[in-house]
Amino acid sequence: MSYIIKGRTCDYEVVIGLEVHCQVISKAKLFSSASAESGGTPNDHVAFIDAGFPGMLPVVNKFCVEQAVKTGLGLNAKINKKSVFARKNYFYADLPQGYQISQYDKPIVGEGYLDIELEDGSTKRIGIERLHLEQDAGKSIHDMLPGKSCIDLNRSGVALMEIVSKPDMSSPYEAGAYLTKLRSIVRYLETCDGNMNEGSMRCDANVSVRPVGSKELRTRCEIKNVNSIRYLMQAIEYEANRHVDAYDNGEEIYQETRLFNANKKETRSMRGKENANDYRYFPDPDLAFPLVVSDELLEKVKNSMPEMPEEKAIRFVQTYKISEDEAKRLSAEKTVANYFEEAMKEKGSDGKKTANLILVELAAYMSENQIENIYELKTTASRLGRITALVEDGTIGLRIAKELLPMIEETDKEPEAIIEEKGLKQVSDTGEIEKIIDKIIADNPKNVEEYKAGKEKLFGFFVGQVMKATQGKANPAVINKLLKDKLS
Amino acid sequence: MADLTSKTIAELSQGFDNKEFSATEVVTAYIKNMEQGRKYNAYITETGEHALAQAKDCDNRIASGKRLSMLDGVPLGIKDLFCTKDIKTTAASRILENFIPPYESTVTKNLLDAGSIFIGKTNLDEFAMGGANLTSYFGQAINPIKRADGKEVVTGGSSGGSAAAVAASMCAGATGTDTGGSIRQPAAFCGIVGIKPTYGRCSRYGIIAYASSLDQAGPMTKTVEDAAIMLEKMAGFDELDSTSADIAVPNFTSSLKSGVKGLKVGVVKEFLNGDLNKEIAAAYEESMNILKSNGAEIKEISLPNMKYALATYYIIAPAEASSNLARYDGLRFGLRVDGSSLDEMYENSRSAGFGAEVKRRIMIGTYVLSAGYYDAYYLKALNVRKLIRQDYINAFKEVDTILTPVAPTTAFTIEESKSFDPVTNYLQDVFTVPVNLAKLPAISVPVKMAENSLPIGMQLIGRDFDEETLFKGAYVLEQNNSWSRR
Repeated sequence: MSYIIKGRTCDYEVVIGLEVHCQVISKAKLFSSASAESGGTPNDHVAFIDAGFPGMLPVVNKFCVEQAVKTGLGLNAKINKKSVFARKNYFYADLPQGYQISQYDKPIVGEGYLDIELEDGSTKRIGIERLHLEQDAGKSIHDMLPGKSCIDLNRSGVALMEIVSKPDMSSPYEAGAYLTKLRSIVRYLETCDGNMNEGSMRCDANVSVRPVGSKELRTRCEIKNVNSIRYLMQAIEYEANRHVDAYDNGEEIYQETRLFNANKKETRSMRGKENANDYRYFPDPDLAFPLVVSDELLEKVKNSMPEMPEEKAIRFVQTYKISEDEAKRLSAEKTVANYFEEAMKEKGSDGKKTANLILVELAAYMSENQIENIYELKTTASRLGRITALVEDGTIGLRIAKELLPMIEETDKEPEAIIEEKGLKQVSDTGEIEKIIDKIIADNPKNVEEYKAGKEKLFGFFVGQVMKATQGKANPAVINKLLKDKLS
Repeated sequence: MADLTSKTIAELSQGFDNKEFSATEVVTAYIKNMEQGRKYNAYITETGEHALAQAKDCDNRIASGKRLSMLDGVPLGIKDLFCTKDIKTTAASRILENFIPPYESTVTKNLLDAGSIFIGKTNLDEFAMGGANLTSYFGQAINPIKRADGKEVVTGGSSGGSAAAVAASMCAGATGTDTGGSIRQPAAFCGIVGIKPTYGRCSRYGIIAYASSLDQAGPMTKTVEDAAIMLEKMAGFDELDSTSADIAVPNFTSSLKSGVKGLKVGVVKEFLNGDLNKEIAAAYEESMNILKSNGAEIKEISLPNMKYALATYYIIAPAEASSNLARYDGLRFGLRVDGSSLDEMYENSRSAGFGAEVKRRIMIGTYVLSAGYYDAYYLKALNVRKLIRQDYINAFKEVDTILTPVAPTTAFTIEESKSFDPVTNYLQDVFTVPVNLAKLPAISVPVKMAENSLPIGMQLIGRDFDEETLFKGAYVLEQNNSWSRR
């Protein structure tokens, strides 16, 4: 299923590496005690160091260090016992110190990997090159006052983790899957909220192409700040094709930074390499001692690691008797996994049915109504759990269970109340169902004849008719038994 | 009443305890001196009124017998590189001409907590870059000691204003900072005592940075004992400075007078055999003899890598400075000169705001960190810096302290300095700079009057965090030398 772009002279494959900036979940900033909360009144969360005042010094926020280590462990990566903060020097209006404190040649986290699932269900391992800690810059606002720019330093100094992958992805799908998986991991770890539309997770993509089978790495372009997974995939697709067109036309690709235009679905040049800053990295003398991750700290973080998606899926299969596929899909997002487990706490609830209602019914409802977080549904985990319990004990049928969901979303009422109000209880009274079956057999002599002659799939037709007549309330097991008896 | 401003800090403290005079009287006397000494241009900002208000509180404490420390009621000058809350702090630069910090540096906070009184902010080389206090935007400071030929000489730098203020009794003691000799050399030029403690001993929080890995605060005083009293209060671990050392501050004053018997003092072979100025060499010799006659053992040691120290320093310090001074961009505080674009505003503000020497060092620093030059200059300098420190560590296996001159000459006139090119200026730092590179403590004490009647200073260099030994040795030098007896 490899992703190939047909060129005029040869077929090309795509080489993709991603650099993802994750805003660290932390109360305070990386080097100051000011609040790291996003939003708020501009310039309200600013310590003197965040504004680059003279004589102010950085003191590293140990919690942010723990968060980086935790993320590193979640990415199966090497934790560097000693790392170094370096200054990245450049002038910009929203960079108060005139440099960003980052990590350069000695990052806190070294090589690791994560596994993504491909379209065909197989797994591919994507290498992680490194993860380092750095400060965010402030925000420049150019359209608030005519002829003037405004600076908001609330974000200045907030901790970011930059996670750099190896150039291991070879299709827009793989890049999307990588970013989805990475987001799932940081959300599991609670080290980043992963909200791309709010900018707390930002992605730059390095894209190049090469003839299929070749091992060379051709000139790459960096596409900046693609703020959704869908845009990332679109941007890569456009960019890869642009490269192929250029090579087809005998043109060269220049190393440059490009911006993705989501409306036009194309990338355009932002700045070429010749305009690149010389950042003059050097170790920050204000943080002269190497940042040490002690054995105690590493142990502490290891002990605080939550159950990760893969482990969770295995446990779900064992505990709730659901399929491997269902378990994987449920545990891909931490919120969904938690929701599922909460639903399963309801007495009498059923794993298989709960999984199915989440993965099919609720998933469809959420995507139709653009709801991102399952916890925003009116169908709470408890309500869903109770619904499957009601199916299990025969109070309602599965079809009614499915129909209940949109009703709850609309009314925010308890499922039991709706069942009562609308009389949706399942009918298991043999006598009543028998009467209905008799009538259906009488009304459809031709079908009865054909069924008896061997057209067995007509059985479904009779079940459907009974369900229709009882508005789905008849107990399917009872229907099956009675129909079989009557039609034999 | 005898002149209060001629007293040492120790004497003032005793006088307060004995209620011989009040803090208000002392401050008033110093304010008078400060006003009379304006010709020395030692202060950028005088805070007399503020000091008198502080003195009232001190007097209440004196009256109730609850003095906070030996420094309670003692008027100090504060180098205008320390941020002082609500008091203008300029770094002697036009770019910070009107900057009033909303926070207090840790060192000055410690001094305030000890009850000391700030009577003004002292002059310095712009951003502490210079060795003669000639680069200050507010004009040069003048050495209160006149040369035999009647000519005015420089104070040295960068803590020139502090040195002049102490020498002319315009404060009882002063703070300085020392990045490559900025406490020790002006102390030597002005005939006072100054100590650069071990890197990490005093917090750098709130001190306007020149070169962060080298900057260190220290006291400048009339006597060794006063320096010990002041440093005890200035120093201490500070969690606001990640390079601050979490090591207890010893009681320097209690061990100060215990002598140098059995102390092993190293003298540097390379300096003895080199081309030292004759008078400096004579003072070096005299100092050895003083220590020897007091029971110390003099040992020749070698510091083979010292010849690389200046080159190393003038790569590392400007590199850090070029980055540290990037924040002065005209955007949030300080001087702004508008332009038609952001870049033009930067250029205009920084061109107008910085003086020539600061610009020179920013350019050198930017150059040595640039792609393609980093390895050849900055990285190499970092490695040589390790070798220089290793030289000292090796030497300290054999000796307890190392004696060297502070400066290659006595103070010079401004006219003479005009004939110096930048490199000649930088050569002034040859004895002091390696100590900062090695992060070691060193004390500068005047030992002899040169024929031109200017003081000559010697320095004692110590092991990491062994300021105690330096105070002991310096005390012996102070009590027995010809300058102190003049």
